[in-house]
Amino acid sequence: MALDSSKTTDFKYVGTRPDRPDGLDKVTGRAKFGADATAPGMLFAAIKRSPHAHAKILKIDASKALAMDGVKAVVTRADFAEGLTGETWNVLENVMAGETALYDGHAVAAVAATSALIARDAMKAIEVEYELLPHVTDVDKAMAADAPVIRAGAADASVPEGLHPNVVRYYESGHGDVEAGFAEADLVIEDHFTTEATHQGYIEPHACLGTLGADGKGELWCCTQGHWNVQKLCAAMLGIETSQLRVTASEIGGGFGGKTTIFIEPVALALSRKANRPVKLVMTRAEVFRASGPTSSTSMDVKIGMKSDGTITAAQGTFRLQGGAFPGGPCEMTAMCAFAPYNLTNVHQVGYDVMTNRPKQAAYRAPGSPMAAFAVESVIDELCNQLGLDPFEVRLKNASREGTRASFGPKWPRIGLVETLEAARAHPHYTAPLKEGQGRGISCGFWFNHGGETSVSLAMSEDGSAQIMVGTPDIGGSRASMALMAAEVLGIPYENIRCTIADTSSLGYNEISHGSRVTYASGLATIKAAEAAVEELCRRAAAKWDIPEEAVYWEDGYAKPSGPNAGDHAPLHITELTADMGATGGPINGHFEATPEGAGVSFATHIVDAEVDPETGATKVVRYTVVQDAGKAIHPTYVEGQFQGGAAQGIGWALNEEYIYGEDGRLQNAGFLDYRIPVASDLPFIDTVIVEVPNPGHPFGVRGVGETSICPPLAAIANAVSNAVGVRMRQLPMRPSRVLEALESKDG
Amino acid sequence: MSKTHVTAKVNGDAVEFLCDPRETLLDVLRDRLGLTGAKEGCGTGDCGACSVTVDGRLVCSCLMLGVEAEGKEIGTVEGIADGETLHPLQKKFIEYAALQCGICTPGILIAAKSLLEKNPDPTETEVRYWLAGNLCRCTGYDKIIRAVMDTAAEMREAS
Repeated sequence: MALDSSKTTDFKYVGTRPDRPDGLDKVTGRAKFGADATAPGMLFAAIKRSPHAHAKILKIDASKALAMDGVKAVVTRADFAEGLTGETWNVLENVMAGETALYDGHAVAAVAATSALIARDAMKAIEVEYELLPHVTDVDKAMAADAPVIRAGAADASVPEGLHPNVVRYYESGHGDVEAGFAEADLVIEDHFTTEATHQGYIEPHACLGTLGADGKGELWCCTQGHWNVQKLCAAMLGIETSQLRVTASEIGGGFGGKTTIFIEPVALALSRKANRPVKLVMTRAEVFRASGPTSSTSMDVKIGMKSDGTITAAQGTFRLQGGAFPGGPCEMTAMCAFAPYNLTNVHQVGYDVMTNRPKQAAYRAPGSPMAAFAVESVIDELCNQLGLDPFEVRLKNASREGTRASFGPKWPRIGLVETLEAARAHPHYTAPLKEGQGRGISCGFWFNHGGETSVSLAMSEDGSAQIMVGTPDIGGSRASMALMAAEVLGIPYENIRCTIADTSSLGYNEISHGSRVTYASGLATIKAAEAAVEELCRRAAAKWDIPEEAVYWEDGYAKPSGPNAGDHAPLHITELTADMGATGGPINGHFEATPEGAGVSFATHIVDAEVDPETGATKVVRYTVVQDAGKAIHPTYVEGQFQGGAAQGIGWALNEEYIYGEDGRLQNAGFLDYRIPVASDLPFIDTVIVEVPNPGHPFGVRGVGETSICPPLAAIANAVSNAVGVRMRQLPMRPSRVLEALESKDG
Repeated sequence: MSKTHVTAKVNGDAVEFLCDPRETLLDVLRDRLGLTGAKEGCGTGDCGACSVTVDGRLVCSCLMLGVEAEGKEIGTVEGIADGETLHPLQKKFIEYAALQCGICTPGILIAAKSLLEKNPDPTETEVRYWLAGNLCRCTGYDKIIRAVMDTAAEMREAS
C-alpha cells in the first residue's frame, strides 16, 4: 500500500511559523560561511586578473612571484584539463583565461602563499604581456556590422544567417497573425526600452577551501547554491573522477542565482594539488563585481495593439540580451515570460543572446523575466493611460487563465494570476489617496519555476526523532520548510526533526537550489521519503499485532488498526516503533529520488507608490505591496521574506543599480559605494499578500516563490514614476539625472 | 614585514596577538583570534557586515588596522549573549525571521545594539537611518526594522 499524504487543507504543522533551525547559529556568529573555514597547513590564494576588456595574452611570467618567501604555487590555464567541450569549456575559459582575456577582471593566473598578504603581493608580481584587441560592451553595438568579434564560431544552430557572430543564440515563438491583430486595434503603441546589467549583490563574496592530492582525491568547502554542480564541473576541469571530489556546501551568504556556477573553486583545487596543501581562496568585493556573474543588460522593442474596450489584439516583442563574453544570456526566458500573463490571439516574440567583452552573465532571480515585464507592462500602462482605462480591468480582461494558451505555446494548467489581480485590486493600497508629486504603478509578473533532479533521505532515530538529509543548499529557510513537511507526514513535532544539507558523498545527486525549486522539489522528495518511513513504521506495527500491513494506518504519529476486523489493538506511538527497530527489522529510513516535473508556475501583481523630487530627480518608493501566488505557503514568514526581498532587489534595479563601463571597457563602479544597492533608509515597509492557488503537481500544493517576486517591480516602479512625472520612462535605472531629463523634456 | 605585538580586550577577555601593520582589525579578529562572527562583505566600509564596537563606539573593523586595537576594548557578535541567555535583539531576530542568509546579521545586531544603547526609543526613521550603513540583500529590511523596534519596546518595558 503506497501511502499518499496529499492534501491542501487541515494542516497541523504546515502553515505555522516556527523559529528557523539555523537561527541561533546565525545570531551568535557561529554559523560557518564560505570564508569561515580553516584547515591545518592552509595556504591563501589570490588571482591575477586582466585590466583589459579584450587582449591576447602573449606571456605570463611568474618567476618573481615564485621567488618570494612563502609563495608555494602558481597556476595558469596550463594547469587545467584540456579537451573540454560545451558549457564546461565555457566555464573553464571563464574561470581561467586561455589565449585571450575577454573582459576587465578575467582571471589569467593565480598564486598560493603562506599568508593572504604574501599572496596578494605575489599576485602583483606576476607579469603578464598583452596585445590589446578592440572591445565592445554594449549590446546594440555588439550586434552592429562593424563590431569586433568576441569569439568566432560561438553561435549555435539557432542563429539565422546574416547576423553578426556575436549573436550566439536566437529564439522565436508565437501564434496567430500579429499584423492582422494590430490592424484590428484602436491604438497601437511601440516603444524601445533598455535596462542595465545589475549584480545579485549577495553580501558574502565567493569563498572556498580546497584540498586536492596527487591521488586524485579531493575535499572542497564552498559557498554555493549547488554543490553537486560544483563537484561535476571542478572534477572535469581538474581531470579527476567526479566521485573522488567531496564537496560540502557552507552556509551561504546570499546567492540569488549568482552562486549557481563556479568562479574560483577549481583554482583553489589546482593550487592545492600543485602545493600539496589546503588552499583558501576568497574574492574581494571588487572581484565579485568584475568577475562573477551579473545579469544581462537589455535592449528591447515592444509593440502592443488594444481596442478601446481594453482587449489586446496583438503583441510583439524583440529582446536583445547582453550575456558577457560567453553564450548564456537568457533570451529565451525573456521572450517567453514577456507576454505570459496575457491570453493573446496574436503574439510573436524574438530573443537574441549577444556576446560582449563583459563578465559571463549568471542567473539572477527569474533570469530574463524582470526586464521583459518592464517593457511589456510599461506599454500596457501607456495604452491604459491613453485610452482612459483602469489598469486592473485591462489586465483582468486579458489575463491568462486555466486552459488558455500561453504566449509561448502550451495550455496553462491551474494558475493564480486572476486571484493575484483581484487581491491586489481589493487591497486598501490601490484606493489610498496619492500626494502631490506621487505616482502609482502596477505590474504583473511571471516565472516558470522548476523541478529538477532531487534526492532526499530521512532516517528515524531510536527516540522517535527524525533527521533529513537534503542536497539543496538552504537559501531562504528551506530547512525549516522541509522539517515542517516531514512533521506533517510523520505526525511528530517540528522540533523533533533536524534537516541537514548533506555533502556530495552523503546523498545522491541534487540539482542546484535554483528555479525556485527547493520547497517544491526537495519538499516533494521529503514528503515521499517521510511516507516511505511511515509505510515501514506501519509494517512494524502490523508485525507486532500479527495482522496484514494493509490493516494498519498512520495518524498523528501513531500506527492504528484500520477497523474492527484488524483486531482490538491500542495505537502504537512512533517512539514505541523506533525504540526496538534494530530488533524488529533494522533501521527505519525513507528515501526518494526523482526529477519531479510538476513545478507550478507562479504569477504576481505588485502595487507601488513613488514620489519624485522635482528639484533633484530622486525617486523614493513610499508604499509597496506584493501580491503573489505561493500555491501553499509552508512557512508563511519565509514566503513573505521572499516577496519582500525580491521587491527590494527590484527597487534597486529600477532606481539605482547599474554596471557602468568606460570607453576603455573597464568597469567603473566595482564597489558598494558606487554600485548602490538599497539601504534601510531607502525603503518603506513592504506589504505582502500570500495568495494560495494549490499546485496540483505537489502533494501540499507548493509553488516556488523565490523568483517571481522580482518580476513585476521594474515595471511597477517605472509605471509609478512615469505617472508621477507625466513622462514615460523607458530606460533603467531611473537615476535622478534621467528623471530630471524627463521632467525637462516635458517642460521644454 | 616584521609584526607588531598588540594587547587588547575582546568581549571582556584579554588577548595578545602579533600582526602585520597592514592587517585590518577584521583580519585579526577572523584569522588570528578565530572570531569569524564579523564578516567581510566589501573591505571598504560600505556594507557594515564587519561592524564591531571599539571602546563602545560602532566601527567597521575592515577600516581599522589591527595595530590600532592596542589597549582597546573590542565588542563582537560573539560577546552579546550572556551565557546561554541571548540578547533581546538576538531573540527578536529569530522570532521575526529578521534574517534569511544571515551573513549581515552579526553586523546588524552590533549596530542595532549600539543604537539602542544611545537611543532606547528610536522612531522607525531613526532605525532606518542608523542601519543605513548595514547592507542586507535578502530581506528588504522589513522584518529587521520591525525586530529592532519591538526589541526596543520590550527593553523599555523591562527597564
